[in-house]
Amino acid sequence: MSSSTSVGDLVSQPYKYGFVTDIETDKIDKGLSEDVVRLISSKKDEPQFLLDFRLRAYKQWLGMKEPDWAALGHPAIDYQEMIYYAAPRQQEKKLSLDEVDPKLLETFDKLGIPLSEQKRLSNVAVDAVFDSVSIATTYREKLAEHGVIFCSISEAVKDHPELIERYLGTVVPSNDNFFAALNSAVFSDGSFVFIPKGVACPMELSTYFRINSGDTGQFERTLIVAEEGASVSYLEGCTAPMFDTNQLHAAVVELVTLDDASIKYSTVQNWYAGDENGVGGIYNFVTKRGHCRGDRSHISWTQVETGSAITWKYPSCVLQGAESVGEFYSVALTNNLQQADTGTKMVHVGPRTRSTIVSKGISAGRSSNSYRGLVQIGPKAMGARNYSQCDSMLIGDQAAANTYPYIRSQQPEASVEHEASTCRISADQLFYLQSRGIGFEEAVSMMVSGFCRDVFNQLPMEFAAEADKLLALKLEGSVG
Amino acid sequence: MIRPDADTLLEIVDLQARVEDKPILKGVNLTIKAGEIHAVMGRNGSGKSTLSKVLAGHPAYTVTGGSVLYRGANLLDLEPEQRARLGLFLGFQYPVEIPGVSNLEFLRVSTNARRGEKGEEELDTFAFEDLVRERLQVVQMDPAFLERSVNEGFSGGEKKRNEILQMALLDPLVAILDETDSGLDIDALRIVAGGVNHLASPDNATLLITHYQRLLDVITPDYVHVMAGGRILRTGGKELALELEDRGYDWVDQELAVLEVV
Ligand SMILES: Nc1ncnc2c1ncn2[C@@H]1O[C@H](COP(=O)(O)OP(=O)(O)OP(=O)(O)O)[C@@H](O)[C@H]1O
Ligand SMILES: [Mg+2]
Repeated sequence: MSSSTSVGDLVSQPYKYGFVTDIETDKIDKGLSEDVVRLISSKKDEPQFLLDFRLRAYKQWLGMKEPDWAALGHPAIDYQEMIYYAAPRQQEKKLSLDEVDPKLLETFDKLGIPLSEQKRLSNVAVDAVFDSVSIATTYREKLAEHGVIFCSISEAVKDHPELIERYLGTVVPSNDNFFAALNSAVFSDGSFVFIPKGVACPMELSTYFRINSGDTGQFERTLIVAEEGASVSYLEGCTAPMFDTNQLHAAVVELVTLDDASIKYSTVQNWYAGDENGVGGIYNFVTKRGHCRGDRSHISWTQVETGSAITWKYPSCVLQGAESVGEFYSVALTNNLQQADTGTKMVHVGPRTRSTIVSKGISAGRSSNSYRGLVQIGPKAMGARNYSQCDSMLIGDQAAANTYPYIRSQQPEASVEHEASTCRISADQLFYLQSRGIGFEEAVSMMVSGFCRDVFNQLPMEFAAEADKLLALKLEGSVG
Repeated sequence: MIRPDADTLLEIVDLQARVEDKPILKGVNLTIKAGEIHAVMGRNGSGKSTLSKVLAGHPAYTVTGGSVLYRGANLLDLEPEQRARLGLFLGFQYPVEIPGVSNLEFLRVSTNARRGEKGEEELDTFAFEDLVRERLQVVQMDPAFLERSVNEGFSGGEKKRNEILQMALLDPLVAILDETDSGLDIDALRIVAGGVNHLASPDNATLLITHYQRLLDVITPDYVHVMAGGRILRTGGKELALELEDRGYDWVDQELAVLEVV
């Protein structure tokens, strides 16, 4: 009878992207040491300043400890058991896509990110990163006509070293935290975006991260700079094969906006989450921060976090320029034994700075989902304003949701508003929808996407529908 | 209207059901044919809503005995959404609020689910808007309610009108209206009753659960049933309701007591 379908079954849909591409890889030996850091740098033929940056970070890392304040639990990570560099064996990054290993193109095809001329997305330029390296970037020439630089960070180091030297590590210093230090020492690849003064980037930019190797850590580094009056919308997507071991993903993303510039950064994170017993899955420890350096500049983070065994991630904004604006829109969905501790920091430095935080946590199965956010208003942030809204939705009765909002204000006139709510999908609500002819799964997905609408509305159009489907898929089998 | 040759739409035989370990329905018998209007009355807690929810397939209730045929097929085998698509409609006594789900979108998805089952084409947003605006007239509802979340913040009476709006869109064959009249002001009662009369046809049937004669003054039932202790204790014509209004339920209790001793 009807009670046989439970929301529990609904959330545990098999992971679609769990395949492994069989490709020859160039891997270095496992373990981390100063020699490994030097080896990575030399493999990439890096200038001295970057090697110095890495070595400094490595020394800082040696003296740091893993953070333990998040509501997360996992067995100790053995940093000597991991491989810090893996690349598909092909000589150089190919200028023409025709020369890229067809197996790689096929992989991205299967992931729904076709790269070839004929099939690629018409208004989105894509940088495809496979394990530690970027294998292709589409629409480069078209972007170059507008003065926009979009390439892998390794290429940027070669072609635009002055920009990298000027901006790298200026938003997230290498000693910011344990994982940022680790990333700074060993980062492999990632994307670089530079939008020159006055240019509105003519298309969406997107990086797709694919982890393929089972024993490799992923340490991407992304840097986006928008000069005065420039604007760009950027989307990051991620998937990984299903392994029964855990892979570490410790990325750093830095955004810089000068006067009147704006960056919209969206993430749809669908790393492998482990199975229903919590075996395997990605440990996602990511540091993302934007620096509104210029007056009236604008940084907006939108994230849809559905994967990973563990998510530790707080995309933040430092609002230094007068009247600059920071935004954080987040949907974090956890199921089975997934754990997420995610949120944001809005640091108001300049006068009349504004920030908005909208966080939607959905916890199903036996998962744990925490929002952790800090709103900090400095002494010079006259007239600063923040609005935060944190909503949690519980599916079933074994999941946990927590909210940890922190407010520190040194500015008596600032206005800080915080709203929070918790709801549960009830059997009566589902029955109501079913009794109107709506199938059980569709009923759940209607309720979940209704709950997330404020966030999905922020996603670039091409991806909003995807996000909706992704959540529905992730929830298959979990209510009941 | 009673027609001997009308098709049987619903045939409930000795239906028994429990919630958790508590038996609530203890052998309900009821046959409903096309064109008929039935009223079920009875004290609070006698099992009227339980009967309606069991028929609609609520997962909290377990059927422990008896059978229900819906147009000749076993109703109890079907998921709630299939029952709805096949034309069984339940207007809830307490419609739930569903925050975040747009009423308009909800109405469109459910209408299309029912239309699909009937072999009619799906309505796109525009075609549906036209239809819904027309059906809004039946319950004289303000189109502003379409823009809100399903039932969220609706007053008691507004929720009931929204139920009848759904009924008007879904075009059911058997509509069970559980106390749709309670909580309605005098004008709203007239509007809702007018809507139900308007939707009634020789091909469909209505089962009204109510406590009040005033509803039956405007919707004339062909049969009135009195429920007590999880059974239908007495069935009669529209005069039975008047008799209840007059005498109350004490006599029912006495009959029930006799029955439970037996
Ligand atoms: N989910 C449930 N859990 C426990 N008891 C229930 C449940 N549903 C119904 N009951 C009990 O079953 C009995 C019948 O309830 P039901 O709602 O069917 O009565 P009713 O005839 O509709 O009453 P009213 O006229 O007050 O609406 C009541 O004693 C009620 O408390
Ligand atoms: Mg009732």
